[in-house]
Order: sequence, then C-alpha cells, then structure tokens
Amino acid sequence: MAKQKLVVVGNGMAGARAVEEVLARGGADMFDIFMFGDEPYGNYNRILLSNVLSGAQDTEEIFLNPLSWYAENGITLHAGARVTDIDRYAKVVIADNGVREHYDRLLIATGSRAFMPPIKGLHGADGSLKPGVFGFRTIDDCNGMIAASAPGRKAVVIGGGLLGLEAARGLMNHGCEVHVVHLAGHLMEQQLDFTGGTILKSGMERMGIAVHLQKSTTEILGEGRVTGLAFKDGTTLDCDLLVVAAGIRPNAEIGHRAGLTVERAIVVDDHMRSVDDRTIYVVGECAQHRGRVYGLVAPLWDQAKVFADHLTGRNIDAAYHGSKLATKLKVMGVELASMGLTETQEERDELVQFVEPKRGIYKKLIVRDGRLVGGILMGDIGKAAYLMQAFDRDSPLPEERLSLLFDIGAPSQKVTIDEMPADAQVCNCNGVTKAAIGTCIAGGAKTTKAVMGATRAGMGCGSCKGLMNEVVAWFLGGAVEEDPSVHYYVPCIPLKKPELVAEVRARNLRSVSAVFRELAGGVEDAQSKPALASLLSVVWRGDYIPEADARFINERAHANIQKDGTFSVVPPMAGGATTPAELRRIAEVAEKYNVPMVKVTGGQRIDLLGVKKEDLPKVWADLGTHSGYAYGKTYRTCKSCVGTDFCRFGLGDSMKLAAQIEDRFKGIDSPHKMKLATTGCPRNCAEALIKDVGAVAIGDGKWEIYVGGAGGSHVRKGDLLCTVGSHEEVLLYAGRFMQLYREEAKYKERTYTWVERVGIERVRAIVMEDSEGIAARLDAAMQESVDAFIDPWKQIIEKGMDRADAAMTATVGSGA
Amino acid sequence: MSAEIPIARLSDIPPGEGRNFKVEGRCIAIFHTRSGQVFATQPDCPHKGGPLADGLTGGTTIVCPLHERSWDLATGRPVADSDRPLTIYPVRAAADGTLLVGLPAVTSTPA
Ligand SMILES: Cc1cc2nc3c(=O)[nH]c(=O)nc-3n(C[C@H](O)[C@H](O)[C@H](O)COP(=O)(O)OP(=O)(O)OC[C@H]3O[C@@H](n4cnc5c(N)ncnc54)[C@H](O)[C@@H]3O)c2cc1C
Ligand code: FES
Repeated sequence: MAKQKLVVVGNGMAGARAVEEVLARGGADMFDIFMFGDEPYGNYNRILLSNVLSGAQDTEEIFLNPLSWYAENGITLHAGARVTDIDRYAKVVIADNGVREHYDRLLIATGSRAFMPPIKGLHGADGSLKPGVFGFRTIDDCNGMIAASAPGRKAVVIGGGLLGLEAARGLMNHGCEVHVVHLAGHLMEQQLDFTGGTILKSGMERMGIAVHLQKSTTEILGEGRVTGLAFKDGTTLDCDLLVVAAGIRPNAEIGHRAGLTVERAIVVDDHMRSVDDRTIYVVGECAQHRGRVYGLVAPLWDQAKVFADHLTGRNIDAAYHGSKLATKLKVMGVELASMGLTETQEERDELVQFVEPKRGIYKKLIVRDGRLVGGILMGDIGKAAYLMQAFDRDSPLPEERLSLLFDIGAPSQKVTIDEMPADAQVCNCNGVTKAAIGTCIAGGAKTTKAVMGATRAGMGCGSCKGLMNEVVAWFLGGAVEEDPSVHYYVPCIPLKKPELVAEVRARNLRSVSAVFRELAGGVEDAQSKPALASLLSVVWRGDYIPEADARFINERAHANIQKDGTFSVVPPMAGGATTPAELRRIAEVAEKYNVPMVKVTGGQRIDLLGVKKEDLPKVWADLGTHSGYAYGKTYRTCKSCVGTDFCRFGLGDSMKLAAQIEDRFKGIDSPHKMKLATTGCPRNCAEALIKDVGAVAIGDGKWEIYVGGAGGSHVRKGDLLCTVGSHEEVLLYAGRFMQLYREEAKYKERTYTWVERVGIERVRAIVMEDSEGIAARLDAAMQESVDAFIDPWKQIIEKGMDRADAAMTATVGSGA
Repeated sequence: MSAEIPIARLSDIPPGEGRNFKVEGRCIAIFHTRSGQVFATQPDCPHKGGPLADGLTGGTTIVCPLHERSWDLATGRPVADSDRPLTIYPVRAAADGTLLVGLPAVTSTPA
C-alpha cells in the first residue's frame, strides 16, 4: 500500500510529541511525515525556558528532539518556515518561504503566543514590539531578554501569573532591579486564592522584587526604545526593559482562514479532529475541546496519544475526555502545588485549611462529597503526590481530614513509594509513571541520569526530581549508581586527575595526541585538549611535546582574543610599577599599530586592545618586553601598593615583593588563572585579601599569606595560610601552595573553589606541616617549572610567526 | 561541480589547526585535522562572528573560540540545534600536497 502523507504544522511540544506517538505505533510504515516549524530549531522543552532565563541551563540543554532526530526518523522538517495558508480543497499547506506540501492527513499544533494587550506605545512605528519590550515564549525571547539585562538595569514585568513570576526571577538573577505589575488583587490568581497570593507576595518582596497590585498600565513610554510605563492612577515607573506576560493567545488564525470553526481556539471532537474536516486534527494549546483550552503540558500528552491511536487506526474509538488540571511548580524558590478549584463554590463544599504565614506555609483543600475538587499547597508540598492522585482519580478521601495535610505519626516515604500504584505519575511534565521507570530500570538503567535520559522523567520543570530519585532508588533497592564521569578529569578518559597523572607518567605520554591515542581509543575531543595540555605541562614541566592545536587560541597566539577576533596585548608591569621610558615605548607602539583602545587593567597594567593577529609579533618586538601572560590559564600578575618607599603607613616593601613574585612565577601553567597581590599594610590597598594568593605586611618584617580569595564573579575573602618572616618565605610557601593547586585542582577550577572543596585545613597541613611528606617534592617540581620558563613572545619573534598565520589573508586564485 | 582552485599547501596548516584564505574575493577557513583530513567552511561563526580558524578541532568537530559552540566540519551541522549550520566548501589535498577548493558554496541543509 502506498504511504499517505502526514503534514504537521507547528513543531513544538505537542506537535513533536504527537509525531513520536505516531512513530511508536508503527506510523513510519503508514505515513511519510513532513513538519513545519516557525522557529528555526528542533523541538525544545518550553517549560525549561525559565531555567534558561535564570541562567540555570543553557539553550543546548533543553532540546527534546534535536535536528538529527528528524533525519533518523525519516521526517522532513521545514524549520524556520511559517505556514500561512491551508488550502483544504487542494489539500495543500503553503509556507511563507514558498514551500508547498500536499497532505492526506493534517495536524495543526501551532500552540500559543504571548498575548500583547492593547496598550498605547507597546509597538514601534513598524508594528513590531518596541525595542526593549519582550514576550516570554521562545528561545529567541529568552536570548533577547538576557542580552538586554545587566546588573543595575531596571526591568518591569507586566503580569503576576506563573510566567511573569518566572520572568521576574530570571531577570533578578541577571542583577536587574525587578518590578512586577499586576492587574488583579493578588498574584497567580489562576492557581492561588487571596491568602496564598499574599504569602507569595511577601516572599517575593523579601527577595527584593517590588510587586505592584491592581495596577492598570495605560501607556508604554519611550520614543525609540522603552523608557517606562504610565498607569491609570496617574503614576509612572521607569524601566530599561519590559516583559509582557499578560497571558497567552492560541495561534488559531490559521484554522480560521481555512474555514474551520474557531472560538477561543480551533474546535475539536473527542478524537482531536476538527469538527469541520475529517482529515484535520488539532492538538496542544491551539485546540479547544469541550469548551476548554489548556495552557499546561500534561493535557497535551493525553491529546497526542488519542490523536495517534485514531490516526494510525490502532484504536479508532480512542477518545479524549478532557484533563483535570493539577500542577506542581516552583515559583521564586517557593514550592507550590495547585489543583482544581481555588475557592469553595457550593454550600456543601468543605474547606480544610492550615496557614503558617511566618514560614510561608499554606495548605487549603476543597472537599465535595468526600472527594477532592480543589487544593493549594505552598511551602510544604510533601502531600502533593498523594493529593494530586486523589484529585485526578476522584478517589474517596479518608475521614480523618488532618492526615490529608500532614503525615501524622510519619509513615515513611519508603512506605508511600511501596504503596504508590504502578500507574501513578511521577513526572507530570512528561507523563512518566512509576511503572515506566521500573521498566527502564529492568532494561538495565542503573543511574538516575540514565533513567532521565531514557524516559525524560525529571526533565520538565524539574520539580519531581526528588521523587524521581526516590523511585529510582526504590526500584534499585537503594543501589543507585552515581554517574561516574563527573569525577573524570576530562570526559573522554575514565580517570580522575591523580589516576590520569599516574597513567601519563607510567606510559611516558608526552603529547596531547599521545594521550588520546593511548587512553581515549584514538578519539580526539576538542574541549578536552586544553585541559590535557595544561596537565602535561604540570607533569613534565618543560619536557613535553607542545602541540599548538591543543591550546586555546589565547595560548596559541599568546594574546587575549576579543569579540571581534582581534587581540589584546598586555606588557608586563610587575606591581604596577613603570617608568617614563617604558610608558613612552608603549605609547609609540599604540600609535604605530593604530591600537583603537589603550586601557589600564584591574591588574595594574596597560592593555592594548584591538591588535590584529598578524601584527602581534611586530607589536611584541617593538614593545621589547617578555610576555605579560595576561591571556592564559597561568600565573597572571601581582598587584601591589607603594609599600614602604613612599607610603607613610607602609610596613613592608610590597613593591619589591611583587617584583620578586612576578620574576619567579611568570608564565607558570595552572588549572586556571592565578592573580596575586601584595600590600604593605593591612589597609589592603592592592586587594590582597581577595586574590588567589595575597601577601599582607603586618610589621616587624612579617607577612600574612592569604589563599583562595576571589573578587570577580564570585567574591570570597582568602583564608589565612600562614604568617612568615621574610620575602623568601613568602616565595617558598606561596610557591608550594600553587604547586599543590596545579597538581590537584580540576581544569578551570579557580583556587577559591579548590580550597573550599578540599578544605583550608588540609591545604595548610600539607603546605605548612608537610603532613603528607610531599613538601620537598612540591618545591622541587615548582623549581623545575620556574627553570623551564620560555618567553613565548621572544620565541615567536625569533622564529617568525608561521607563514600562513602572518599571511592570514593569503590571496590566491583569480578574479579577486 | 565547479572548477577547483589551488589555494595553498597542506603543510601551510599545522595539524589540528585552521587558517583563513582569500579565494576569488571571499574568505574561507581551511582546517587540517590531526587525522590528516581537510575541510573548508565559512570563516566567521554563525553565532556572533567568531573566527572559526582560531577554534579548537577534535575529530571532525570545530569549537568556536568565542563562546565554545561547535559544528561538524564534514557536514556543517551544528552540534546544538539552536545554532545555524555552517556553509561548507569541497576541498581536497592533491597528491603533491596542493589544497584544491571548489566554489561556489554548497550549503548543508538542516535535516
Ligand atoms: C516560560 C514558560 C514556562 C512554562 N512552564 C510550564 C510548566 O511549568 N508546566 C507546564 O505544564 N507548562 C508550562 N508552560 C506551558 C507549556 O510550555 C505549553 O503548554 C506547551 O509548550 C504547549 O505546547 P504546544 O505544542 O501546544 O505549543 P508550542 O510548544 O508553543 O509549540 C507550537 C509551535 O508551533 C509553531 N508555530 C506556530 N504557528 C505556526 C505556523 N503557522 N507555521 C509553523 N509553525 C508554527 C510555534 O513557533 C511553536 O514552535 C510554560 C511555558 C513557558 C513559555
Ligand atoms: S561567535 Fe562563535 S560561539 Fe559565539
């Protein structure tokens, strides 16, 4: 039999899931499948956009169906193509890029879009949203918001529902000052009653988010770009960016234009079929079933199953009867479960309630004829799984109402999982039952991660992860394995750092390609190369085979790459001390090479930004200094204050110590950069307390050495390692500390993370008391690395940068 | 297929690295992998224009130096779906080590 053509319009959560269900029923033998998606990507988990915005996840991590999935399943995907018309008579869909596709069966799964209320000034002259205004629906929306937000910017969110609050949380994580403007009298009025909304509001205010209730926005201010909002009560609010999360509107226009019945969305029968056309099905947020339109994912999993059963003939009586909405959410860190009604409606409705506002706990149940018809749980959702199930199945509740709210006499969690029926849902986002997890484990999965990968349980909103872990552990009888790769030094070689170092030594592996060949089955992994190169240089000091391709470009070009592909050059300037002659030379170089920006760095040096790659060797030659190492995962620099020479408070010669430190440790490779400082008194002008290693003079020739400090994206005061009596001792113990760090820390682990991980007590014991008897070896290893120093700038100037590099635009061929 | 244009010698590109070349008025990036294969792509990253020739290669993967997104050099396909594919060009090393590149572009079609 010739295959029929199934065309799917909309490549979102419902559309892609529906196709998966069709494939699971052998649909690939019955249909050639074509999909159109407005967004230029595969299908991703829209729910996780909240995490993308908050920075908890990367866009890469949220894909459910990568582009390869379509190819592997023989599906033709037109990504980035918006279907504009359906010609029902010719059975053809037409996309805005000119693609036309004939169909025998059509599925519309176009979802919804952010609703833009008719507020003056929301749109620019060209009809698109005014710059600085965003919806919250797609990856592109998220990326736009992230780009527009920055610490100190003022962000306003219109809408205090689930989406608005998620947006507020995300923007707060980017350092914005966040205001939520809401029309109703309390937050999340869909899921919460007044009491719940009020508790949530005070929680948000404690976190620093301003909430404005009963505010009606009348105008969006700003000429070229949004600058503020005006309200009906005459007040205004300034802002740098605005997110409109005032609800969603189904993308149903396409059905309307094709002559299908559209009310709030496209109207379907119990088979998820348009009531007007037997060949057109509709699932997801663009479908209206028995008068209801859904805005959460759980219903659309059921719809997708009914559609697939009916389409493939697996069960032509398959029918959807509507879903009862129960959700578990985490809003602004507050755990929340909500189901059914939020207020009593009838005389006979029974209210069971507990409020503890101080701890943010609120529980409210609405019971009708001994069955649960509504509920809100906030702050403590321990009973949610049980209640949601009782709600979903309409099962009779125990007479003792108190036990609905609390575990009295504490039956343990173990018992509840024992008692949990096999078809109870563990992950509501992805519709994964206890039984499905059991099947997966019976099939060989041994870790929570493996179960997540196979079933997608826990990969929706993530709120079920705790329960997931417990269910997995229950099936495995407690024998859950942790995914071991998190402890490997690089993901492609199953060894921890000390084991890898031992292997490298034992097999005498002296180049990155040798390591891949011997330990990774010959398979190269790009991202692991720099980590391995760094490790080899620590293990073998100078005596290894350098391979330029294993180094990140900064360490290949010995300069710091900038966003436009140019580089920055930083000549050394120990302790920030310079001379008129040196300054003059730097100025001349800057002029000669048209350096677009000259800037003093935070490390007390001068940065020449915007140098072209091919000019680098000439710039270095003209500067006439050794490399400043301002680009590598190495010792970077040592700041200092003026110390005793001029300062009237100076207790120690911090400038001299800085020069000694720089001279000794320049260019030393390490897992991450090392920034140092010395200060001549405890006033700490050179910020030695927040450096990887800092020395502070305290008088009588004594120095305190602080380690593991941080003053960047993370701020941490260093731990006092020791107090010593001379410059030489500072060099000795600082060097020993750095060597221990070089040998033990993971790649890209700064000293402050490493010190916290292993504990300052252990570090101090090894470095100061030689508790492991390795002090002499550490000192010798550091000395060898110091002796192995080669100035990369000088080396390249002498060799001449390799030919093709210098001729970065070698012109070949004709007609250029 | 269009005529092949000689542009450089394989030995001009150190193993594992990439270099940019100008060919008939356009710039292309050529990569010479550690296993000895050669690939040619557009020079600028589809994400934010990073210089791909300055990236890291591993097998047939290229990782952009600016934000570490990656692509397959052989097909131009992005590793993450959210990125756009790379334009790739046919290229080969002749027996004498001359690199021959074919223009115009073949664009990889997403799935
Ligand atoms: C930030 C955020 C957080 C959320 N959190 C939760 C949560 O915690 N729990 C929960 O249950 N739900 C949550 N949701 C809701 C959930 O994501 C949606 O219910 C679900 O995505 C709906 O699936 P859908 O396929 O109907 O629509 P979509 O996933 O929106 O898919 C529709 C797709 O069709 C495309 N399209 C539209 N028109 C056309 C056209 N004419 N031609 C081609 N393509 C077209 C669209 O571009 C889109 O890619 C959240 C949503 C957002 C935005
Ligand atoms: S520019 Fe290439 S990854 Fe961003």
